[in-house]
Amino acid sequence: MGIETEYGLTFVDGDSKKLRPDEIARRMFRPIVEKYSSSNIFIPNGSRLYLDVGSHPEYATAECDNLTQLINFEKAGDVIADRMAVDAEESLAKEDIAGQVYLFKNNVDSVGNSYGCHENYLVGRSMPLKALGKRLMPFLITRQLICGAGRIHHPNPLDKGESFPLGYCISQRSDHVWEGVSSATTRSRPIINTRDEPHADSHSYRRLHVIVGDANMAEPSIALKVGSTLLVLEMIEADFGLPSLELANDIASIREISRDATGSTLLSLKDGTTMTALQIQQVVFEHASKWLEQRPEPEFSGTSNTEMARVLDLWGRMLKAIESGDFSEVDTEIDWVIKKKLIDRFIQRGNLGLDDPKLAQVDLTYHDIRPGRGLFSVLQSRGMIKRWTTDEAILAAVDTAPDTTRAHLRGRILKAADTLGVPVTVDWMRHKVNRPEPQSVELGDPFSAVNSEVDQLIEYMTVHAESYRS
Amino acid sequence: MNAKQTQIMGGGGRDEDNAEDSAQASGQVQINTEGVDSLLDEIDGLLENNAEEFVRSYVQKGGE
Repeated sequence: MGIETEYGLTFVDGDSKKLRPDEIARRMFRPIVEKYSSSNIFIPNGSRLYLDVGSHPEYATAECDNLTQLINFEKAGDVIADRMAVDAEESLAKEDIAGQVYLFKNNVDSVGNSYGCHENYLVGRSMPLKALGKRLMPFLITRQLICGAGRIHHPNPLDKGESFPLGYCISQRSDHVWEGVSSATTRSRPIINTRDEPHADSHSYRRLHVIVGDANMAEPSIALKVGSTLLVLEMIEADFGLPSLELANDIASIREISRDATGSTLLSLKDGTTMTALQIQQVVFEHASKWLEQRPEPEFSGTSNTEMARVLDLWGRMLKAIESGDFSEVDTEIDWVIKKKLIDRFIQRGNLGLDDPKLAQVDLTYHDIRPGRGLFSVLQSRGMIKRWTTDEAILAAVDTAPDTTRAHLRGRILKAADTLGVPVTVDWMRHKVNRPEPQSVELGDPFSAVNSEVDQLIEYMTVHAESYRS
Repeated sequence: MNAKQTQIMGGGGRDEDNAEDSAQASGQVQINTEGVDSLLDEIDGLLENNAEEFVRSYVQKGGE
């Protein structure tokens, strides 16, 4: 599995903004373009770093096979992106353009443009896609209740059609999703993307691309978002008896759910019955709890039962909080709850209205990834947000690929190429050395960290080391 | 479709009471208020001065 994060980007210089996002993005990527002749590269920790449509720096983690590892690699992306931003500030300062680069790990800008935090899950090819979409969909539509990032919604007077009033939403992304299941990406925003490039042996695997999730800051929120989804996918693959809760209309209520922290939004199921959003989560949670009782402990790699128990514990507490309205047991772990509490404190102190620009600023800067400046990091440093992993593990992930997946092999190839100055062309599967003669290796199994062809490729680079020094 | 009523969570919301009166009523509340104040002060120090301009100027094209 992997996570792709698109960062929002802005530059602030005292009172006025001097540089546009695309100018800052180019400045950030300039060292990379100078070194690699591309703004789309794979880096030695196995992850992909690139400049996306609309000037979003984007980071896609290497392939990870357990939950904590994925969190480490996602957070490593924040470290890497932040370093690039700091370097950009320094290079701009040398040209007398003083200012601060802000990278936001959220999903919406100030005028309603949306960008994503996408999850990728590798599933067995034998699972029919439509059935997967139907049984996964009710869970995904309601998942925002347990791990949304929160956002103050400001109604846009230019919006025709249905509009919601000023208010706090549980999810950033829910207002920006239009279709249930589809293949297109840029124009419409489907929840589950059925791209059929698995970036792996397509006879065995299928890649599930989920774009409905919010970008999360708190490590426990990431753990709950991904961990709960993994459990659901496992149950579906194992045919564990998770009931089909197929909805009559997939996304009809996704925006209502985002505005009801009691989870009482009524959803119509295809069989004519109704359930509340909370009930759907509760049913899935109860099955997941039973599943854990007989879930096989992974042997060489994979998320342990101990870790899944932590996920279930947080999931259960969050559902209780939603039911009771008392969020004190989860207000150091779930982004939308943490943020809401902070906003409420500002409201109380300054007697502010929800539409006060100060609160919008707090809402946004919670997602600023700069340590010491972003509000998330301030809260986490004060112990007001719980950890799931450690800074040491995150820093290790900045430099070194996961050692139990295909990313390990990519990391070895890239490190050798970097050391020897070898021109290479790399994507998720294909790894090619361009000179003296093109030599390539195709890695079809994302779970394999061992491959003799890769050893030979590195040997090839070493043998020709002299020729690269021109 | 009608505009929906937005539910605001309980246990937060706008407190019309004078914060000082509440603090005097309970010593424990006062301690919490001080801790919160220091947090909010720290945050105030980090935020750009013109909140409205800062937020409004953050415009990005949509991504994937």
